[in-house]
Amino acid sequence: MIDIFTTTFIATFIAGVIASAIPLVLGSLGETLGEQSGVLNLGIEGMMLFGAYFGFVTTLETNSYFLGLLAGIAAGFVMSILMVMLNIWLGLNQIVIGLALTMIGGGITSVLYFSTYGQTTPRLGQPDVFPIPVLSDLPVVGSSIFQQPLAFWIALVLAFVVSVVLRNTNFGLRVRAAGQNPNSLDAAGGNVVRTRTFVALLGGAFAGFGGAYLALMSAGTFTPFMTSGIGYIAIVVTMLSRGRILWVIASSFVYGISVSVGTVLQLTSFDLPTDVIKMLPFVAVMITLIVFARSSYVPPALGVPYTRGAR
Amino acid sequence: MSNPISDATGMIPLPSDGQSKLSKVMETLVRTILPVVLALLTSVVVLIVIGKDPWFFYSEVFRYGVMGNGWQQTIRLMAPLLLYSAGLIVVFRGKLWNLGYDAQYLLGSVVVAGFSPMLIEVMPLWAAFTVSLIMGTAAGAAWTLLPAALKARYGTNEIITTLMMSFIGIGISNMLVRGPFQNPDIHVPQTRVLPVADMFPQIPGTRIHIGIIISVVVVLIIHLLLTRTSFGLRLDVFGSSPKTALHVGINSPQMILILFILSGALIGLAASVDMLGYQGNLRANINPGYGAAVLPFVFLGRLNILTTIPFVAFYCILDTGGRLASLDSGLDTHFLMIVIALILVFMSVIEYFGVKKDLGQSYLPPGLRRAVTGLFDRGARA
Amino acid sequence: MNARSAAATHSNTPVVSMRHVGKVFPGVIANDDITLDIRPGRVHCLLGENGAGKSTLISILAGMQQPDTGWIEIDGQKVNISSPRSAMDYGIGVVYQHSTLISTMTVLENLMLGVTGGAFLNRESARSRLTEISAMLGVEIDPDAEAADLALGQQQQVEIAKAMWKGSRVLILDEPTSMLAPQAIADLDASVERLTKDGIAVIFITHKLREAYSMGDEVSVLRRGRLIASIDAETLEGLSEEKFTNAVLAAMFGDDISAIGDRNDVELLSGAKVATKVRTKSSRSDEKLVLHLADVTTPSTPTEFGVSNVSLKLRAGEVIGVAGIDGHGQSALAEVVAGQVRATSGSVFLDGDDVTKLGVRARQELGLRYVTDDRLHEGIVTDLSVALNLLLKQIGKLPYWKRGQISKPDVDAEATRLVEAFEIRTPSIHARAGALSGGNIQKLLLARELSHQPTVVVFNKPTYGLDLKTVNRVRKIVKDFAEQGGAVLLISTDLDELVELSDRVAIISRGRLVGEVENNSPDTARQVGEFMVGSAHSEGNHV
Repeated sequence: MIDIFTTTFIATFIAGVIASAIPLVLGSLGETLGEQSGVLNLGIEGMMLFGAYFGFVTTLETNSYFLGLLAGIAAGFVMSILMVMLNIWLGLNQIVIGLALTMIGGGITSVLYFSTYGQTTPRLGQPDVFPIPVLSDLPVVGSSIFQQPLAFWIALVLAFVVSVVLRNTNFGLRVRAAGQNPNSLDAAGGNVVRTRTFVALLGGAFAGFGGAYLALMSAGTFTPFMTSGIGYIAIVVTMLSRGRILWVIASSFVYGISVSVGTVLQLTSFDLPTDVIKMLPFVAVMITLIVFARSSYVPPALGVPYTRGAR
Repeated sequence: MSNPISDATGMIPLPSDGQSKLSKVMETLVRTILPVVLALLTSVVVLIVIGKDPWFFYSEVFRYGVMGNGWQQTIRLMAPLLLYSAGLIVVFRGKLWNLGYDAQYLLGSVVVAGFSPMLIEVMPLWAAFTVSLIMGTAAGAAWTLLPAALKARYGTNEIITTLMMSFIGIGISNMLVRGPFQNPDIHVPQTRVLPVADMFPQIPGTRIHIGIIISVVVVLIIHLLLTRTSFGLRLDVFGSSPKTALHVGINSPQMILILFILSGALIGLAASVDMLGYQGNLRANINPGYGAAVLPFVFLGRLNILTTIPFVAFYCILDTGGRLASLDSGLDTHFLMIVIALILVFMSVIEYFGVKKDLGQSYLPPGLRRAVTGLFDRGARA
Repeated sequence: MNARSAAATHSNTPVVSMRHVGKVFPGVIANDDITLDIRPGRVHCLLGENGAGKSTLISILAGMQQPDTGWIEIDGQKVNISSPRSAMDYGIGVVYQHSTLISTMTVLENLMLGVTGGAFLNRESARSRLTEISAMLGVEIDPDAEAADLALGQQQQVEIAKAMWKGSRVLILDEPTSMLAPQAIADLDASVERLTKDGIAVIFITHKLREAYSMGDEVSVLRRGRLIASIDAETLEGLSEEKFTNAVLAAMFGDDISAIGDRNDVELLSGAKVATKVRTKSSRSDEKLVLHLADVTTPSTPTEFGVSNVSLKLRAGEVIGVAGIDGHGQSALAEVVAGQVRATSGSVFLDGDDVTKLGVRARQELGLRYVTDDRLHEGIVTDLSVALNLLLKQIGKLPYWKRGQISKPDVDAEATRLVEAFEIRTPSIHARAGALSGGNIQKLLLARELSHQPTVVVFNKPTYGLDLKTVNRVRKIVKDFAEQGGAVLLISTDLDELVELSDRVAIISRGRLVGEVENNSPDTARQVGEFMVGSAHSEGNHV
C-alpha cells in the first residue's frame, strides 16, 4: 500500500491530471470553434489520431518535440481540409462524413504503425520542461504545474486567445452568427462558407495539436487507437460548455481527475481492474449528461449545411 | 429540444418521375455500385503507396472469401451481419443514430458465451439455445435503454450518449470475460469454449450452421414490419419529420424507445447467433467492429433490408477474405476500415451529385462556386 | 402624408436601373424582362400578389441571386452585384420581410455584424453610428437590448439601422407593414419620409393597395414575373384613390379577377379597403362553452416564447382571433390546445372535460383539430402520397387500416372524396404531396382537419403566403365552419384577416394574453395596435 498523501504522490497525481486534460482541452477548443459556427466535427477522433501518429513519427525521426508538434498540427489541418470540402463546400451529411473521417484516421494510422513500427514499438524520451522561475521551486505544485513542457503553456495561451476571439473580435461575432443564424450573416454581407471553412481548418489544427500532445507529452509513444474516445468526450465538453472557454478548461480537468483517480485507486488497496479504470471517465460523462440532460444546448444551425435562399 | 443533427441526415429517396425505367435502373446501379468501385480503386492506390502489392492482396481476398470453402465462411458471416444490418436500418429509418452498436454486440456475445455453457448442463439443448438467444437479445436491447430514455425524455443527443455507452459497455464485457466468465482452466482471458456438439447444427452437406436460417427469417419479418404495416408507416412519418409525427399524434417518446430497443435487440441477436453457431467463446479485448463495417452498406441499400442483402454478401467476402489476405500481405487488418470509410465518402459525394442532377442545379457546389466567382470578382475590382 | 412633396427637390436621374432583368428557377419564371428605374428621394412601391416575383427582384438587387438575363445600372454604370457584400458596397440596404436579426444577440452585436474593418469589435464607434442613424430615422433604439426582447416595430427599426449602417443610398423594405400595428405603420411612414428628404431612394414592397397609394411616389405592378404597369410620379398625383385602385387591380389580376371572388372580396383581399368584420352571424354568450384554458403555462425554448398563465374561453360558433408578433407564444398556444405540448401548470378543458393529460390522438377523437402554420415540415410528409397525407391522422384506424394492414380501396375512396370536395389540384391522389403548390398543400391540410367531425379548430396563420384566390377560399372555409357552429381559435399575423373574421381579438405578447378587444366597431385594428404597442418590453421606447 502506498501512502497517497506524500508530496511526491500528490505532485505525480497533479501531473497526471494535466497530462490527460491538455489533449482534451485542445480538442475541445477546436470543436468549440467549429460548433459555434454550426459545424459538427464528428471526425475529431480521427484527426487527433492523425496528429498523434505524425507527431510521434516526426519526433522519433528528428528528435525534435517542436517539429513533432508542428507535424501533428499539420496532420490535423490536412484532414480538416477533406472535412471542409465534403461538409462545408458540398454540404454532405456531417455525421456520415464524421464517422468516415474517424475510420480513415484510425485505419491509416494503425496500418502505417503496424507496417513501420509494429515489431519495434519504439518509445520517446522525456520532453524538455520549461520551468517557471521561482514558482517551479514551490513544493508539490512546483514540480507538477510549473515544470511542464512549453507546449502546456502554449495550450493555455491558445485557450485564452480563442476566448478573446470568440467574444471580442469581428471574426468571432461572425463565427457565432454563422452558428446561430447563417441567413443573418449572409444578409449582413458576411460569408458563411468562408467563415465556417476558416474555423473548421483551425479546429483540425487544434485536434492535431491535441493528438500530438497526447502522444509526445502525455504518453511518450504512439499506439493504434490511443485516443480511445477523447475526441468524443471533446464533443460532450463542447456541448456542455456552450462556447465558454473557462468551462472547457474546467470540464477537461474534471476529466483529467477522473482518469488519474483510477490510477491512484489502483495503486492503493482498492484493486480495481484496468477495465473499470478505463471506463471511469465515460461513466463520469454519462452521469454529467444525465444530470445536465435538460441544459445541453447546441447552436440552432449545428450540423445543417448552408445554402443561400433555402429555409 | 429538437435535434438539429438528426434532422440533417441526407437520406434522400431516388428520383421517381420523368425518367424511363431503363435509365432509372442504370442510375440506381451507378449510384449504388460506383461508390464501392471507386473505394476499391482508391484502396489500390493506398496499397501501392504503402508498398504492398494490390493484385496479390485482392486475389487473396477472392481466394479466401469465395474459392474453396470460402463461400461457406462468407455465408456463415452473413448470418450475424444481416441481423446487424436490420438492427441499424430500424433506427436509421427513424433518423435516430444508434452508434453504440459495438457494446450492444459485445454484451450480447459475452452473455451468451458466459451463460450457455452453464445452461447446457441443466437443460435440453434446444431450451438452452432458446434461453441463450433470448438473453443475448435482451442484453443488446438493455444497453440502448439509457440513451433511448434520455432522448425520449429530454431530447439528449443520442449520438453522444450511445457512443459513451459503447465505451462503458465494451469495458463491462471485458470485465465479465476476465472476471466471472473467465475460463478457470487457462490463463488467457477468455470464456469457456462451447463443445462443437453443443453448438448450432450445420446444414447437411455444408459447414454453414442453421443461424443463417434464423437470421433470414427474422430479417424478413422485420422487413414486412417496416414496409407493410401501419407501424412501418408511422415509423416513416416519424423518420421524415419528428415535428409531423408529433402533429399527427404519433407517440414520439414511445417510438424512440421501440426503435432503440428493437435495434439493440437485433444486434444482440446477431451476436448470439454468431456465438452459438460459430465462435463458441469470447476473448477479452476483441471487438470485431461489424457495426461500422456494415454502416455504408445499409445506406447504399437505401435502408431497405432486401436491397442491403447483396451488399452484406459483398462485405462478408471482403471481411472473410480480407482478414486472411491482410495476414498474408503483412498488413494490419484495420486496412478494411479504410476501405469502408472510403465507401462512405464516395457514397455521400455521388449522392450529392445525383441530387443536384435531379433538381436540375449546377454541379458546382455553392461554396466552391462562390469561391470561384469571388476570385473573379476581386480581380475585376482590383 | 408622404414624401411626394420632397421628391421634386432631388435630381430625377435614377440611382438604380434594372434593365431587362430575367430569372428562371426550375419550373418557374420568377422574373421576365423587367426594366425599372429607382429615383433618389422617392418611394417606389412594388405591388403584386404572393408569387408575382417581387422577392426575386429584391434578392437580385440585394446580391442574393444573380439575374439570368439583363443587367443592373447604378448611376448609369453597368454593375455586377455578386453578393450581399457588394450590394452594400454599392449603397443598397435591404430590410427583409423575415427578421434577419439574431435573437440571442444584442442590438449592437447585430449591427456590428456588417462591420468589416478592424480585428476587434469596436463597440464605441458602433454606438455613435447608431446614435447618428437613430437621429436620421427619428427613433430611439436601445443598443444593449437583446433582439428577442424587442417589439416588432423596434426590430424593424434595428433592421433599417442595419441596412443604413454603411450609408446606403437605396433602402429596400420588403413587406414591412405586414404585422405592424397601425401606430407603428405611422412611425415607419415618418421615418421613410425623413429618409427621402435626405435624398435616399426607397423601394417599398407591399401587397396592400391602400399603402401603396398613401406612401408611394411611384408605383409598379408585377404579375407572374412580369412588370405589368408602372405609374410615374406625375400620373400618380393626378389619380383619385378609386381610379388608382381600378387601374392597379386590373394590372394585378387581369382577367383572373372574377375567379378570386366578388368585387368586395377583391378590394378587401388586396388591401384596397380597410378591413371590416364580414361575418354576419355571431355567437351568443349563452352558446355552449367548448374550449376552456385555465391559467395554462408551457415551457419557453431559446428561440420562442411558451405561454404563461393563459386563460381563454371559446364558445360554439365563436371565432377568437389571436394577434401578436411572430414567436411570442402563438405556436405554444396552438400546440398546448392540440396536445402537442404539455402544460406545466393549468388545465385545458374540452366540452367541460379536463383533457390536460390527453395526447394529440385522444384530443383529435374528441373533435379538436389543429391546422399548423408549418405546412411543409409539420403538416405533411412530402415524400408520401396525397392520399396517405390526407389520412395521416387515421393511420392504423378502421376502416382505413385493418389488422395493421392498409386497406387501399377505403383509403383511395376517402382521398378521392376529399380531393374533390376541397378542390385540391393534384395530378393524382398517388402523387407526392411535396410536389403540390403551397395553396394546394393548405387545402390538403384543411381537408384533413375539417373531416371526421371537428368541433374546435385552431388555425395558425391559415392564409400566410398564399395567392389571393386561395386566401379568399380559406377565409370562407373558416367563416362557414364557424357559422355551422364550430369553434375557431384563429392565430394570425394579418390584422386585416383578424378584423374580418373574429368576434373577439386577443393580443398575445411574450407568451401572455395582454388584452382583448371586442370586434364590434371600426376601431378594432387601432385598439389591437394599442395593446401591441403598450405591451412592448419597456416604457419610453416608442414604436
